Amino acid sequence: MAITRTNIMICVGTGCLATESEKVLKNLELILKARGYDKEVKIIKTGCFGFCEQGPIVKIEPENVFYVRVGPKDAKDIIDEHIIKGRRVERLLYKEPFQNEGIDKQENIPFYKKQLRVALRNCGLVNPEDIYEYIALGGYEALGKAITKMSRDEVIDTVKKSCLRGRGGGGFPTGVKWEIAKAQESQVKFIICNADEGDPGAFMDRSILEGDPHSVLEAMAIGGYAIGSDKGIIYIRAEYPLAISRLKTAISQARELGLLGKNIFDTDFNFDIDIKYGAGAFVCGEETALINSCEGKRGEPNYKPPYPAQEGYWGHPTCVNNVETFANIPSIITKGPEWFTSMGTENSKGTKVFALAGKINNVGLVEVPMGITLREIIYDIGGGIQGGKKFKAVQTGGPSGGVITENELDTPIDYDSLTGIGSMMGSGGMIVMDETDNMVNIAKFYLEFTMDESCGRCTPCRIGTKRLYEMLNKITSGKATMADLDAMKQLSYMVKDGSLCGLGQTAPNPIISTMKHFWNEYVALVTDYDNPQGEGKYEAKNKIGIES
Amino acid sequence: MAGSQKTHEDKKTINVIINDQHLQVPYGISILEASTEAGVRIPTLCHLDLHDIKMVNQTASCRVCMVELVDSKNNRNKLVPACVTTITDGMIIRTDTLRSITARRTSVELLLSNHPNECFTCPKNTDCELQALAAELGIRKIRWEGERMNYPKDISSDALVKDSNKCIYCRRCETMCNEVQTCGILSGISRGFNAFVGPAFNIPMVESSCTYCGQCVQVCPTAALTEVNHSDKVWEALNDPDKHVIVQTAPAIRVALGELFGMDPGTIVTGKMVTALKRLGFDAVFDTDFGADLTIMEEASELIYRIQNNGTLPILTSCCPAWVKFIEHQFPELLKIPSTCKSPHIMFGTIAKTYYAKKNGIDPDNIVVVSIMPCIAKKAEAKRPELTKDEHNNVDIVVTTRELGAIIKEAGIKFEDLPESEYDRPLGETTGASVIFGTTGGVIEAAIRTAHEWITGKELENVEFNQLRGSDGLRKATVQIGDKELKIGIASGLGNARALLEEIREEKDKYDAIEIMACPGGCIAGGGQPYHHGNYEIVKKRQDAIYEEDRNKKLRKSHENPEILKLYKEYIGEPYGETAHKLLHTHYEERERI
Repeated sequence: MAITRTNIMICVGTGCLATESEKVLKNLELILKARGYDKEVKIIKTGCFGFCEQGPIVKIEPENVFYVRVGPKDAKDIIDEHIIKGRRVERLLYKEPFQNEGIDKQENIPFYKKQLRVALRNCGLVNPEDIYEYIALGGYEALGKAITKMSRDEVIDTVKKSCLRGRGGGGFPTGVKWEIAKAQESQVKFIICNADEGDPGAFMDRSILEGDPHSVLEAMAIGGYAIGSDKGIIYIRAEYPLAISRLKTAISQARELGLLGKNIFDTDFNFDIDIKYGAGAFVCGEETALINSCEGKRGEPNYKPPYPAQEGYWGHPTCVNNVETFANIPSIITKGPEWFTSMGTENSKGTKVFALAGKINNVGLVEVPMGITLREIIYDIGGGIQGGKKFKAVQTGGPSGGVITENELDTPIDYDSLTGIGSMMGSGGMIVMDETDNMVNIAKFYLEFTMDESCGRCTPCRIGTKRLYEMLNKITSGKATMADLDAMKQLSYMVKDGSLCGLGQTAPNPIISTMKHFWNEYVALVTDYDNPQGEGKYEAKNKIGIES
Repeated sequence: MAGSQKTHEDKKTINVIINDQHLQVPYGISILEASTEAGVRIPTLCHLDLHDIKMVNQTASCRVCMVELVDSKNNRNKLVPACVTTITDGMIIRTDTLRSITARRTSVELLLSNHPNECFTCPKNTDCELQALAAELGIRKIRWEGERMNYPKDISSDALVKDSNKCIYCRRCETMCNEVQTCGILSGISRGFNAFVGPAFNIPMVESSCTYCGQCVQVCPTAALTEVNHSDKVWEALNDPDKHVIVQTAPAIRVALGELFGMDPGTIVTGKMVTALKRLGFDAVFDTDFGADLTIMEEASELIYRIQNNGTLPILTSCCPAWVKFIEHQFPELLKIPSTCKSPHIMFGTIAKTYYAKKNGIDPDNIVVVSIMPCIAKKAEAKRPELTKDEHNNVDIVVTTRELGAIIKEAGIKFEDLPESEYDRPLGETTGASVIFGTTGGVIEAAIRTAHEWITGKELENVEFNQLRGSDGLRKATVQIGDKELKIGIASGLGNARALLEEIREEKDKYDAIEIMACPGGCIAGGGQPYHHGNYEIVKKRQDAIYEEDRNKKLRKSHENPEILKLYKEYIGEPYGETAHKLLHTHYEERERI
């Protein structure tokens, strides 16, 4: 590899690509070449920096200068001013709202100050299409350590001691899951990476796969070694074309270097990975539905038990873990479980990635230690509410979660505390609502989503969510009675109680939690529909803005 | 894994408490099974246990059998579906709490809220499991009304009607079609509220590879899948003074029709049925068994011809139209194996419109042949172009056992009190060999009875071949005829047929003759028979009755039927001869597989 004096890192994640980072990249390359600097300055395509609101992001190393909202026309200034003359392009530096001074270093930007990157450690740092960059930063060291120096039990023990819990939402201890899968007596086992990220507004897994695919491949191989599987499957939604192409590149590079395939690190451990595409059905994130879909069957859940760890893909023991869960594994192996447990709260260790969206200033991807408060995330990292409006609520756990109000903003975030206040961790979607949002509409938005995404297999979810949605419609069009509110509440609990899988069992949560916290808004729509109180407060037409 | 544990601890019993009753139950059974032992009824809807034919619908999707699992340790009881939850030691179950009852009622109310309110005019009125469940649970009000599914009815085929608006998505039909019949026609389509069961891409049934076996109809709890009703056509024909209306009844009708009038399963009602048909005004009441005897004459001749002339072996019976359509779609490369014989009721129709018409001086165009069949596929078979040539149909109208029951009721005939009468002659003279066509193994046994005497030239004393009988879906047997040992294969249910055909295609085993029936158990369990509602004991009783009817017959070999012999002498000539080929044989065609 040629040695260069300066690296220009440009984000080519989906968010920045959408704001034309590809054109910026092309212009940077052209101008650099035209000026004759292409030998000493290297342009590196990276994954997501997380600060999607401010994209496209360009970072210059080793000076550590962080440019935001870089347009195609700004490429000239970056080359001519920064690269050639050594002068910062002030206008491209990030400025806090109502401040004139630009901030040049990434770590000084408030958005990054309270973040702690473990799963996202390489996103925005390495070129995801170059395995050597991953290796240069210690990549595949964990795999080497695991399969040459550790027994399978030691690997599982390490993961168990780290107290890592599933990041897909359920929070089941990963080490225990691996232990159960290992205990199954079977010649054939599978390890599946669940990359069927489907929560509206959530894009944690996509960013990891786009920005650091090797961390997932490495972790899958470690998991395969631990449970005794030689075959991994990544189940990814087809709507993630960039993540798919990066994964394909990563898999073929890993195969070329013998990091996947036969006799990895000259041991007798063989492991390879296949990609299976999902059609984007939300329910296929449920592990039994995911396995059905992998087998080419209709993507709908089965009753449990048997659990996939007992009878999964084609009847073989199968371990299903989420992308973010996997992304944590290599560091746990190399740095040890104590390092991991030093972060977080008593029952939730490590960090969690959240996708901030909705009425918040800094829409983007953040990774924070467990135990941080929602207030810190929303105000310190997220920069507060857009347009200086008043905060009303935040929805965590996606359509399966619930709303959290001002009163609970100081709750330290972990699996148990979020459940305690009527929401859930979920996969990490975090949607912020301001004072203009009508909470009945919010509930309706989520219900419409789960109703559409229901596979239809069981009665309560198939027909119940439809009826709930119809009742919400009745309420927001001013035709409901107080008795309807009661009936809706009853049905919500029945759908939760009677449904077959997690989708139906959690689908009414947005109704239940908004009814609990914002009952007055429901009542107002019933009793005083024609006289909305406060500007836009009960405007039943507005939708919440969701971006990703 | 779970299976090996199960066998290991098979003999263990475990303790369970159901509604305060302490019980010891075998290891590995479900809450539903344990409750039955405790005398506690848990209502079900999607669940269907047809273990006799190795089918259990375990979708756990209707959520009607929800019961409360007591977890006093964590003070967190939970609801579980009784049908798929296995009992573990010390389980405490309550089926009668407000929570479980509310869950049950809610599911039924939700199903009703998306179900057409047309019980009065529904083909399954009073025979519908959803209707019965609503009555059992005492549903008086539907708390959550709203939009209902609105799909057009699929009336594309001549055999079955698919009314998806009545689909409650229990998936029984899908399990039947995929796992038992291995046809793979029906599966879940669309999702969420719009989900229903249909063929891939929701193509019209007629464009699918559906065999019309009708087993989906037999297990559908509502009227989402029913037969095409042709009883109006029967009424029209009976009331047309210009028409000479002949009716023929298939072997399996006489052992099942009584059930529609509250009689015990397995009651033989041949005589009452004939009286009823005569009172309905049919000009002649004949028996498809005559066609069956004729089939044996041809099929036994064909078998002997193939054996003696190094022809293609095995020979496959061709009485079952669903099975014929199955091989056309699924195994077109094997189309040389089936016997070319038309099915018995089509043979009968041909003879009625030729020999019978000529003999009685009736213009065949004025003859209407009505077949009473236990089968839905026969409706489609009667419309096959090669069987409707010469400008008139061999068989004009096919109605099922169920439709006949409705016709008799509508006519105000009190069936159970009817006296008995005899079939008309000549086409009503039959043998015991033809009666057993109604059960699996019967056709081949009838053929062997005749072939045995023809090959050996000696009288067969014991006509009952027990090795060919039984109710297993796939049976193999050998029959000694003189110095030749014939290897016989018998399959009922299309999944078993598939297994047998794969053996033949891959030449894994050699057979001389094979009988295949599409419905598990044969015609006694046909898609047009009275609904068994999951009770296969009914089917077994029908089978016993069929064999009893055979034993009651004086003549038990087809070639001894005097009217058949007369027919050959006067009209057809030699069995398997030139005229026979023209009248009684057909051909098959390769069909697409969708």
